[in-house]
Amino acid sequence: MTAPTLDLLAAHPFLAGMDRQQLDRLARWGHRSQFHAGGRLFSEDGKAERFWLIRDGQVALDVHVPGRGDVLLETLGPGSVLGWSWLFPPYRWQFGATALAHTLTVEFDAAGVRQLCEEDPELGRDLYGRFIAVVVDRLQATRLRLLDLYREDRP
Amino acid sequence: MIPQPYRVVERKFETTDTVTVTLEPVGAGIGRWAPGQFTMVYAFGVGEVPVSISGGSCGLIRHTVRDVGAVTHAICTAQPGTVLGLHGPYGHGWELDHPPAEDLLVLAGGIGLAPLRPVVTEALARPGRYRHVCVLIGARQPADLLYTHEYGAWRAAGAQVLVAVDRADPSWRGSVGVVTGLLLQARFAAPRTAAFVCGPEVMMRFAARDLGYLGVPADRIRVSLERNMQCGTGQCGHCQLGPLVVCRDGPVVGWDVAAPLLSVKEL
Amino acid sequence: MVQLAGLEPLVAALRAAGYRVIGPTVAGDAIGLAELTSAAELPAGWGVELAPGGYRLRRRADQARFGHAAGPQSWKAHLHPAHQPVLTVERDAAGQVSFTGPAGEPPRYAFLGVRPCDLRAIGVQDRVLGGPGSRYAARRAAALVIAVNCTEPGATCFCAATGSGPGAGEGADLVLTELVGGPGREPAYLAEAATPAGRALLAGVPHRPAEPARVAAGQEQVAAAADRMGRTLPAADLRSLLAGAHDAARWDDVAQRCLTCGNCTMACPTCFCVTAEDSTDLTGDHAQRWQRWASCFEPDFSYLHGGPVRESGRSRYRQWLTHKFGTWHDQFGESGCVGCGRCIVWCPVGIDVTEELHALAAERDAKEAAP
Repeated sequence: MTAPTLDLLAAHPFLAGMDRQQLDRLARWGHRSQFHAGGRLFSEDGKAERFWLIRDGQVALDVHVPGRGDVLLETLGPGSVLGWSWLFPPYRWQFGATALAHTLTVEFDAAGVRQLCEEDPELGRDLYGRFIAVVVDRLQATRLRLLDLYREDRP
Repeated sequence: MIPQPYRVVERKFETTDTVTVTLEPVGAGIGRWAPGQFTMVYAFGVGEVPVSISGGSCGLIRHTVRDVGAVTHAICTAQPGTVLGLHGPYGHGWELDHPPAEDLLVLAGGIGLAPLRPVVTEALARPGRYRHVCVLIGARQPADLLYTHEYGAWRAAGAQVLVAVDRADPSWRGSVGVVTGLLLQARFAAPRTAAFVCGPEVMMRFAARDLGYLGVPADRIRVSLERNMQCGTGQCGHCQLGPLVVCRDGPVVGWDVAAPLLSVKEL
Repeated sequence: MVQLAGLEPLVAALRAAGYRVIGPTVAGDAIGLAELTSAAELPAGWGVELAPGGYRLRRRADQARFGHAAGPQSWKAHLHPAHQPVLTVERDAAGQVSFTGPAGEPPRYAFLGVRPCDLRAIGVQDRVLGGPGSRYAARRAAALVIAVNCTEPGATCFCAATGSGPGAGEGADLVLTELVGGPGREPAYLAEAATPAGRALLAGVPHRPAEPARVAAGQEQVAAAADRMGRTLPAADLRSLLAGAHDAARWDDVAQRCLTCGNCTMACPTCFCVTAEDSTDLTGDHAQRWQRWASCFEPDFSYLHGGPVRESGRSRYRQWLTHKFGTWHDQFGESGCVGCGRCIVWCPVGIDVTEELHALAAERDAKEAAP
């Protein structure tokens, strides 16, 4: 297990602007990890015990649809954060995730970070705030895709 | 405006419903055109529609047309040898160097890549002209991507080409998501970037908004507006958007001008 | 300034010079514009009663021929025809295609009795449609314009507010002033040439120098007319008023009344929008494009990708009023309205643009005053 340097965390867009001390506390629950192409990060219904900052590579979110197989829903690339089901009970993944290419990440222990947020409410507020922004951004993007704007005619 | 005869010399399917026709003037032709401008394209007996010029050199004009109505159907099904009518070029184009920028970012959704293709061509024709050239391309699904056979050449010429689709097909191994999501990976210095955006209007609004959040000044973001342009010369009245006559004051307009107009419903 | 011996010699001289004289005449229950073969066809002794959504002919006590306003037609029908061919396309057996514009010389019209509002309207359309080489410019150049100063504004008139009357501005070849006499007496017609063509015309018809008293009377009546306008406009910069009024509640109010019938755009002397229609003959080798008047009230006027941008009646009314009084300034450097009042008269539900503008101004003032 290689501990991430503070610089690695500070450089990641998800944590941009976070206070050095708090980054330090967070770093204790993270370590560098990597996945080869095709590697599975998690599956639907699995226990959501981790989350990742993606540094390089690409991860696909998928869901299994009988008759259609594993349907690719969305891809996340460098600069993204992967995984938010660890934030609230039942701490279960809703979708699956597979590395599409060789992917480098900083992986965090979810239980440890949750505990950290309990002990340090300011850090908790900051971290949860960043996750809310990500969720809003993904929701807006999903809504845009739902609009099916590239269609020419009226549905 | 009297059209000039142009003969179809090549017809190529880009997607199931989009065709690029290469046209050669029968006579003198329409002369020089600038990236972002459009011509009216006339199909015998059916009518004419505005189409942005997607390429062409040495007098040839390339138009990428989506088959969505009577006129576009006639254009898309016109076999080589068929004579169409063109007049123009009309409109305010992208104007790459006014003012000059360090980095260039092109953000295209769907058929919006067609009016932007001449920007990429012109930018990459001058090596070293830009520090970074980023081309972000979005489409509904992989089969709807335009000009995929050119992405390699663009990358070889130094452009960062990123592609995302709204929904994948079983063989797709690229990004899946909205095209604006690719901004996170694009290499450009926002305050010194000229951004050119073209695609469905809602997509352009979100893209311009996100570019603004990243620090690209509003007047350095240009969008290509679309309204019901029927004459190309500002005389039929159909293409108005508030004070703008889109065929004449656009279709390319700075985001600082477009934003307040596009935010009014049914303007 | 001279006094004409009468109008008949004027009409005769125009026809002898090869002009088709277009002027007001009673047609049905209105005073329309038609080709005249004689001055006897002018509507002597006819006036009009005007109101929002109302137009009635009335018998005048005098023999004025130009004492009426806001007829259903304007001169634009002759300079910018409602239906005209604009392109002919031929295709031969080898697939060669040739394009030609409309052939032939433009008709030579003499417009007799152009009121100052309509004279301004012709100028407005000159600046929209009259680019060099345009069909409009050719028709306009071939036309002779005889304006008539206004001494009797109608109840729906507001040319004083738009700065287009009651005295005739630029663009006429000849300007008349009609001085009505008592019952049964012929009006006196003062005339002043404004162009070489006007001078040439005047030289060829019987006239004598106008008496200074008559000239003064004419000037006084025209000046007095400015104070007898039926309507006014708010004393505000209409361009900025409308630019800031996109979300005004008033639009919902007018939308409940407006039928989007487009009468206003047809009657308006400056509305110019057109739509092209292409067709072929049965052999398929000969195609034509015709251009017809269009209206921004048409449901598909702003059609884009499966539907119109301006779908609601509210947005279409807002577009028309904002364009006419507001964005016309951005696009053409002046107001698109000349204060003729036709839109008020010919609106079947009597929507009054001046009332709407006053209401928009009041709404803005109320909003600015509110804490």
